[in-house]
Amino acid sequence: MKLINLDYLSANPVLPEVQEAMIEAIRTNYGNPSSPHQLGDQAAEALAKARESVAGLINSPSTQEIVFTSGGTESINLAIKGVALANAKKGNHIVTSNIEHNAVLRTLRRLRMMDYKVASVAVDENGRIDPAEVARAITDQTILVTIMHSNNEIGTIQPIEEIARITREKKIPFHCDAVTSVGVVPMDVQKLGVDLLSFSANQFYGPSGVGGLYIRSGTGLWPLLDGGVQENNKRAGTENLIGIIGMGKAAELAGRDLESRINHCLGLKKKLILGLQENIEDIFLNGHPEFSLPNLVSVSIQYIEGEGIVLMLDEEKILVSTRSACAAGALQASHVLLAIGRDFADAQGTLVITFGKETAEADIERFLGVLKTVVQTLRDMSPLYKKKV
Amino acid sequence: MYSSTVMDHFKNPRNVGEIENADGIGEVGNPLCGDMMTIYLKIEEETIKDIKFKTFGCGAAIAVSSMLTEMAKGKTVEEAKKITNKTVAEALEGLPKNKLHCSNLGADALHLAIQNYEDKKAGITRPVSKREEKHEHDHGHEEGGKCYCPYCNIEVKEDLPFCASCGKSLKTIQ
Repeated sequence: MKLINLDYLSANPVLPEVQEAMIEAIRTNYGNPSSPHQLGDQAAEALAKARESVAGLINSPSTQEIVFTSGGTESINLAIKGVALANAKKGNHIVTSNIEHNAVLRTLRRLRMMDYKVASVAVDENGRIDPAEVARAITDQTILVTIMHSNNEIGTIQPIEEIARITREKKIPFHCDAVTSVGVVPMDVQKLGVDLLSFSANQFYGPSGVGGLYIRSGTGLWPLLDGGVQENNKRAGTENLIGIIGMGKAAELAGRDLESRINHCLGLKKKLILGLQENIEDIFLNGHPEFSLPNLVSVSIQYIEGEGIVLMLDEEKILVSTRSACAAGALQASHVLLAIGRDFADAQGTLVITFGKETAEADIERFLGVLKTVVQTLRDMSPLYKKKV
Repeated sequence: MYSSTVMDHFKNPRNVGEIENADGIGEVGNPLCGDMMTIYLKIEEETIKDIKFKTFGCGAAIAVSSMLTEMAKGKTVEEAKKITNKTVAEALEGLPKNKLHCSNLGADALHLAIQNYEDKKAGITRPVSKREEKHEHDHGHEEGGKCYCPYCNIEVKEDLPFCASCGKSLKTIQ
């Protein structure tokens, strides 16, 4: 039986061209980009090429504005803590939303321990932020606004350009966690107007363990790692050259194929949503119907609990997520689903289905068929379902 | 994550369903936190002749319900009272630490069903359901008004009757 991966959000497959580029680099390009000899020069050249590809993917005007990191989490930490520490004398107030990823929320929780204050803007029932609410939350002590580009659990895309207009006017740095968006939807930091943008290679078919942060020139930021002068003095430590080469290749391919990838995903998404609505009663689709990622569907299935669905689907070699994999070990209902008004029971019965380049229509069809059986099996066991009937 | 015994009971749950005119019914849990379990008993000559369950919950909660019913079936009422949450978890060859609260529901539901059976015999009317919908905050607060779960030390919200992190009930802790 073929394994059907509908959990691309946890891990994307690394594209063959990316694998080849990395294997070739392991064989021939093992130098340190900081070394002043030919092996170092070769490594530095590959690093520069990757930086160019990544800068191109997000339309950064200068490769100097790209800092390579160990992934989305580090990028987010560097952006938020880096700006907060650099601006500690100016103020101690940060504005965010109540549906951010844990990498943002826990970074902010840490800063709260250091007497920073955080204002959290609520989202509407579709998970969208009203920019006017961001404007209202800003005080004369605000030193950073951090709002995600798209949500990793419900896929809603935020009005980032409008928020950036507000932060620019008030001269407040604006960080955007775009980990689930870069390489998935068009991304243009100049058009968006953000000052910092976090991303990760494994969301666009690159390797895990490598990511980047766009930092607009002139944005004050303290590094988290001190040591050498790598990454424009923003992130010390010898670069993960092989991973970065992989990310560079993945960025190049994402730039080239983005439109066809989006169209492919939109076709699958339409089929999946229709299939869910036709096959299974008592469901809610989560997220914004228009401003949403093309590769993600979040569905709350009433009267049953998500983990049971995931385990039963796994038996049938179909992989989905109850929500973000980072939170799956925790028992609490998703803060994102509670924020958009789902109750605890419905939040527990939510699946996040993500797919991509290698997902076929037949995969969606098989998933829908198996899901229907699984849902009925679990509902037959559920005391809540009985009460509804 | 789960032992093969847990997975076996999850995949092939025994005794799913309801018993019409059950002699005892016990319902525990809280739909708010995602786990609910109902146990139905048919008792003849003080022996559990049949037992069924309905559960809303994770893989562990379903496996606990299934194992519990297997353990209780054929036992006398007095023997069944001795089944504990710990013995159910042990029979399942252990549960992940963060899922132990699921096993806490199993024996509680059984004991409540037995109590319901004994209440009926004695002519006492008492609810068959033990649900906790409100967090009473009767377990003491830390300084500054913040309230932390005594089990896992995570801050708990004012309106929750359980710890959102470890799932333990907070209502009855003194």
